[in-house]
Amino acid sequence: MSTLGKITRRGLLLGAVAVAGGAAFGVYQVQKPVENPLDPDQGATLNPYVIIDQTGITIIAPRAEMGQGVHTTLAALVAEELDVDWDSIRVEHGPPSSAYYNGALMHGALPVADYAMKDWQHTLVGGLGAVSKLIGLQVTGGSTSTVDAYEKMRLAGAGAREALKAVAADRLGVARADLRTEAGFVIAPDDTRIPYADLAAEAATRPVPDVSLRPQSEWKLLGRALPRSDMRAKITGQAQYATDIKLPGMKFATVRICPHLGGGMASFDPAPALAMPGVEQVIDMGNGVAVIARNTWAAMEGARAVQIDWTPSPLPADMDGMFQAIEAAFDAEPNSTLRDDGDATALPEGAISADYRVPFLAHSTMEPQGATAWLQDGRMTIWAGNQAPRLCVQKAAEASGLAEDAITLHTTFMGGGFGRRAETDTVAQVARIAAQLPGTPIRLTWSREEDMGHDFYRPAAMARMQGAVDQGRISHFNAAIAAPSVTRAAMTRIMGRAPGGADKGHVEGAFDQPYAIANYRVAGHLADLDVPIGFWRSVGASFNGFFHESFIDELAHAAGADPLAFRLAHVAPESPVAAGVLERVREMSGWDTPLPEGRARGVAMTWSFGTPTAVVIELARDGDRIRIDRAFMACDPGLVLDPGIVRAQMESGLIYGLSAAVMGEITFAEGAVEQQNFPDYDALRMFNVPRIDVAILNTNPHMGGVGEPGTPPSMPALANALFALTGTRARSLPLRDVADFGV
Amino acid sequence: MSIRLTVNATDYQTDAAPETPLLWVLRDELGLTGTKFGCGVAACGACTVHVDGQAVRSCQVAVGDLWGAVTTIEGLSAQGLTPLQAAWERHQVAQCGYCQSGQIMQAADLLANIPNPTDDEIDTAMGGNLCRCGTYSAIRAAIKDAAREMGGNQ
Repeated sequence: MSTLGKITRRGLLLGAVAVAGGAAFGVYQVQKPVENPLDPDQGATLNPYVIIDQTGITIIAPRAEMGQGVHTTLAALVAEELDVDWDSIRVEHGPPSSAYYNGALMHGALPVADYAMKDWQHTLVGGLGAVSKLIGLQVTGGSTSTVDAYEKMRLAGAGAREALKAVAADRLGVARADLRTEAGFVIAPDDTRIPYADLAAEAATRPVPDVSLRPQSEWKLLGRALPRSDMRAKITGQAQYATDIKLPGMKFATVRICPHLGGGMASFDPAPALAMPGVEQVIDMGNGVAVIARNTWAAMEGARAVQIDWTPSPLPADMDGMFQAIEAAFDAEPNSTLRDDGDATALPEGAISADYRVPFLAHSTMEPQGATAWLQDGRMTIWAGNQAPRLCVQKAAEASGLAEDAITLHTTFMGGGFGRRAETDTVAQVARIAAQLPGTPIRLTWSREEDMGHDFYRPAAMARMQGAVDQGRISHFNAAIAAPSVTRAAMTRIMGRAPGGADKGHVEGAFDQPYAIANYRVAGHLADLDVPIGFWRSVGASFNGFFHESFIDELAHAAGADPLAFRLAHVAPESPVAAGVLERVREMSGWDTPLPEGRARGVAMTWSFGTPTAVVIELARDGDRIRIDRAFMACDPGLVLDPGIVRAQMESGLIYGLSAAVMGEITFAEGAVEQQNFPDYDALRMFNVPRIDVAILNTNPHMGGVGEPGTPPSMPALANALFALTGTRARSLPLRDVADFGV
Repeated sequence: MSIRLTVNATDYQTDAAPETPLLWVLRDELGLTGTKFGCGVAACGACTVHVDGQAVRSCQVAVGDLWGAVTTIEGLSAQGLTPLQAAWERHQVAQCGYCQSGQIMQAADLLANIPNPTDDEIDTAMGGNLCRCGTYSAIRAAIKDAAREMGGNQ
């Protein structure tokens, strides 16, 4: 029924490129798809994803492993076709290269709702991958890795397998079609077994035969919960993060940057630090200092001891000033009205309205920011956990004065990402420090306080919601959302300028929800506020999901309807897939069975990153406190490649969202973050996480992501449960402000 | 002045300042990086090691004050995986993995003291160990599974 948005000039431009590009790049050619970045000395490199030598088989999984299991699933895509023993393969991230562009990252570029995309539009965004390919966008983010890799990494495995068979066929004098492969061997009709390693060098020099992909019915690895390739290393202390790199003669560094964000350093006196045991050097970083020491603790103690005169922050002095700046955005014309069906602004008598707000949030990864770098003979090697390796090299070059091709970047495991490590600030710092200390390896580790005070925060956001019900249905839904733009802030950091046009990310999770509502409008207003902000797990949907699904709950209440049945009545006509996840949590949670006194449930559903996800939260009174007792989740990402990993990601996204909803809040005074460490900015722990049940459905005809979609619905489901339990409608977060969760 | 310490049954000396937290001696001076830094204020548990068989936050123990032999994640098992680590593997607990050394060291301490912990006892013992990936339900399951396995072996 809906027209879903106005195509902006920017949308048309991208669309046009996509159509042109689709012809040129629409079908991935497995033959020389891109220049192979792998070093031939490493072994026979059959394509950018497969290295075979006498020590074994290595699969390159060129997306950053930050806990989401991407190395396992990407390797399984190759292994499924390559016929190798799962337990014997090695998985590596590989070098930064345009060969590893993320073709699915542009999926979000069309200003339309994912659920309502027609097949031709999916083809169009498939073609948009060509744009990523042209600019070599190697990025881990947006819950896109598996979608992007699904075809090309299976083709890489199949191409390598057939090339190996072709060499074997020549050697044995039999037809390639008569050979089979198993567990790293080509097997002849007479059961002669040739290990891949004996064939690989020659296979790497040949054109790849035409290949076709195996049907799903023949899969042995995909579709199963596989043992993760990184598990053993992570439970024995052997996994290497960027701050675990050990090099000869290494020195240890930390930084102390102006806490008043946007401010700088007028002067500093390093003497008190240099007088401390173990402290060796204090380096001027422009807006702060780096301290070099014999160990990290000495560096951190030294950094605290440096006497520094900071210059003030240009930001508003307090939170009232910040929210005023955000609220002022409502007075200007909206940047987007990507949903504008009927006339939602002509509200009838009896309409309800409500104002919502959410705070700034930190990523608070378990591993504070850090990186290691070593400048030797004019070349720098950097080890960093990062979500954008090519960008890191560019920023490291700018910071060190070296040419990009003088920099080698190793992408390590990440102690959590959640969007924080899409930034390049730490890599630029370590490059700058190492450039000043030629020959000395530098391991940079931020303190937790530095990490919390110098994040790129999830922006605070406000919403003005209006709506009306008529005969039990929503007749009007009019949302205006105001926040500073994450997309513009990030693109300005990356490219020096912000894109114009409608900012889809700003209204994701609100404009694109599968509700059949006759008069339905979502307007996005961009606030002028220069707090450093960035991509935080689920980005715009992290606040829009809360706004949209809380207000749907208010409308259900106004209609005197059951919140779940009310949602289904509006969702089912628009999307059977989304209705399916609601139906499933209804069954799982026993929604239609009344709970005893002192217990209550709330529900929410958000479609984000291609995957509709519904959550029911069950609360229980525990004396004066409220316990989050149970959580029921159902998601439908379509094809499920590894149900174990999908389940883990859903639980993870839920807990990340619930943590923010209960207690997440970053505040500023004089432009400086007031929270310093986990005691001020905590998260759910063993004793206050709910018992979680997850259902994974697979009716969605298009593959969706799984890393982020669990987060948006968790927050409104909790707030809606709180309303059901206490009658308190929480229109701002965190909820500890209005209820005692014992945190 | 040099300080002697025993870590994972190996003797070491360090001339780091005596007030240096054990965490940083392990990681930076001795190169045992399996123990992680998360907060520096005993609020996350990522740095948990055993001293004299008991779980401690190594960010809060000055190396000069050490009162016993240290065991880190690298030395938890003499060979292969301990039954606890094997349970961690069966339940595929780790996501980013950064907190898991500390989680495992804390859980090992729990099972040494309470061979069959209840949910409440798990909550109490593990409450100081933060996991931002939210692996808690897998940790709980792995602890219970390990308890069963270890009980069965006795």
